[in-house]
Amino acid sequence: MTAEAAPETTAGVAEAFEAAFDAAVAAEERIEPRDWMPDAYRASLVRQMAQHAHSEIIGMQPEANWITRAPSLRRKAILMAKVQDEAGHGLYLYSAAETLGTSRDELLDKLHSGRQKYSSIFNYPTLTWADVGAIGWLVDGAAITNQVPLCRCSYGPYARAMVRICKEESFHQRQGYELLLALSKGTPAQHAMAQDAVDRWWWPSLMMFGPPDDASAHSAQSMAWRIKRHSNDELRQRFVDIAVPQAESLGLTLPDPDLRWNEERGKHDFGAIDWTEFQQVLKGNGPCNEQRLTQRRQAHDEGAWVRDAAAAYAAKHTAPRAHGGEAAA
Amino acid sequence: MSAALALGDDALVLSHRLGEWAGHAPVLEEDVALANIALDLLGQARVLLSLVGDEDELAYLREERAFRNLQLVEQPNGDFAHTIARQLYFSTYQLLLYGQLAAGDGELAPLAAKAVKEVTYHRDHAEQWTLRLGDGTAESHERMTRGLEALWRFTGEMFRPAAGLETLDVDWAALRASWTESVTEVLKRATLSVPTGPDSGAWTAGAGRQGLHTEPFGRMLAEMQHLHRSHPGASW
Repeated sequence: MTAEAAPETTAGVAEAFEAAFDAAVAAEERIEPRDWMPDAYRASLVRQMAQHAHSEIIGMQPEANWITRAPSLRRKAILMAKVQDEAGHGLYLYSAAETLGTSRDELLDKLHSGRQKYSSIFNYPTLTWADVGAIGWLVDGAAITNQVPLCRCSYGPYARAMVRICKEESFHQRQGYELLLALSKGTPAQHAMAQDAVDRWWWPSLMMFGPPDDASAHSAQSMAWRIKRHSNDELRQRFVDIAVPQAESLGLTLPDPDLRWNEERGKHDFGAIDWTEFQQVLKGNGPCNEQRLTQRRQAHDEGAWVRDAAAAYAAKHTAPRAHGGEAAA
Repeated sequence: MSAALALGDDALVLSHRLGEWAGHAPVLEEDVALANIALDLLGQARVLLSLVGDEDELAYLREERAFRNLQLVEQPNGDFAHTIARQLYFSTYQLLLYGQLAAGDGELAPLAAKAVKEVTYHRDHAEQWTLRLGDGTAESHERMTRGLEALWRFTGEMFRPAAGLETLDVDWAALRASWTESVTEVLKRATLSVPTGPDSGAWTAGAGRQGLHTEPFGRMLAEMQHLHRSHPGASW
C-alpha cells in the first residue's frame, strides 16, 4: 500500500501546484520568483528575457556606430543618452532573468556561442545618419508595440522591468521621429537621406513581430501563460496602423505599393513580407550578423583581464568572514 | 581666445573619446558609466562653448590648429587601463580647477559649481578603477603602469596658465601641488608608482592650448566633423 501511495501523493502535490499556478495566471495575479511554476514556463521565460536582454546590448552597436559622427552636439548628447539607456535596459533584463535561477554570465556565454538569439533587426547596418532616426521611429516603435503588453505579463519581475523600459523607449521613439522630421523638412539632400533610411528599415521593422501566427512556434503556449497577450500578426497590424499616419506627417512614404486603407476591416492592408530574408537573417546570414557577434565577443574577451582584476581586488579587500583561518590567504 | 573655449574644448574632446567606448566596454556597467561621464562632459562643453559662440560652429567648423584642448584629452583610448589613467589625471585636474573656480566670483563660477558635482563622480570612478587595476592581478598592474607612464608626459601642460587661462582666478602652483598630492595618494594605495619621466613633450610648452596637437587628433576631428561639413548650412 505505502509503496503505491507515495507516488500518488507526489503526483497529487504536483497537480495541486499546477492547478494553483493556472488559477493564479487566470486571475491575472503575478507569478513571483519564489512561487512554484512549471519547468516549461521557467524555460520559456528565460529564453524570451535573455533574447530581450541580448537585443538591448547588441542593439547598442548600430546606433553607437554614429556617436562619433553625430552632426550636432545636441544630437550627439541624445544619442549617447540613448545608448546608455540601452545598456541599462540590458542590466534590468539580465537581473530579471536571474530571478529564474540563471546568471548573466551564463546567458552572455550562450549569446557569444550563438546558442541564444537577439532581435533580427540589429543585423542590418546603419549606413547614414538618418538611420539613427529610422531606428528610433520604426524599430523602437515596433519594440514598444511589442513591449507595452509585456507590462502586464504574468511574470512579475519581467512585467516590472518592462514598465521602466517602456517609459524610456517611448522617449527615444519621439526623439527618433523628431530627428527624421528635421531631416525631412531640411535640405533636399537631408530629405532624400531620411526617405532612403525609411525605405531600408520599414520591412525589417515589420519582421520584428516574428513569424506569421500560423508559423509561430511559441505563441500559443505563451498566450496561454499570459506571457504574451496578442498574436504576432495582431501586433504587426497595430504597428502598421500607427505608423502610416506618422509617415504622412513626416512627409515620407513607406516602401509598399500594396499599402492601403481597408474601409471594411478598419485597418490597413499591406504587402507580403519576405520571409525568406527573415529566415536567412535568423540563421545568421543577414548583413551584419557576423560583425555584431564578433564585436560583442571581442569586447567581452578583451575585457576579461579587467573583470579578473576587479575580482582579484575584491577578494583581497573584502573583509574576511568570521572564521579567521581563511583570512590569511 | 578665452578660458571658456579652452575648457570647453577639453570637455568636448574627452567626451568624444569616451563615446568611442560605447558597446566595447569590459562589462555592461562600464558601458553605462563611460557613457554617463561622456554625457556629463558633453553637457559641460555645450555650456562653455555657448559662452564663446555657436556650439556647433565651434565644434564642427574649426580646424585642428584652432582647438585649444589639452593634448592629454585627445589621446586615443588605448586599453581600459590607458583610458582609466587618462581619466584619473584629467578628472583630478578638473575637480581641483573647478573647485577653485566655483569658490571665486568669476564668469565661470556658476558653471564650475554645477560641474564639480559631476566631476566628483568622475574622479571617484577613476580612483576606484585605478585601485582595482593597480592592486588587482599582475597583468592589470602592468597595464595600469603602462597607461600611467605613457600619459605622464602630457600632464605638465595642465598647470601652465597658457592662452587665455591666465585671466582665471586660479592659483596654478597650488593646483599643481594638490594634483600631485592627490594622484600620488591614489597611486600609492593602488600599489603603483608615480611616473618619473618628463611631464611635457620635449618640443612643447602647453602646446594643445596653443593649437599644436598630436597626430591622432586630426583623424578624430575628421570623423567628428565630416557629416556636419558635408551639408553646409543644414540644421539637424
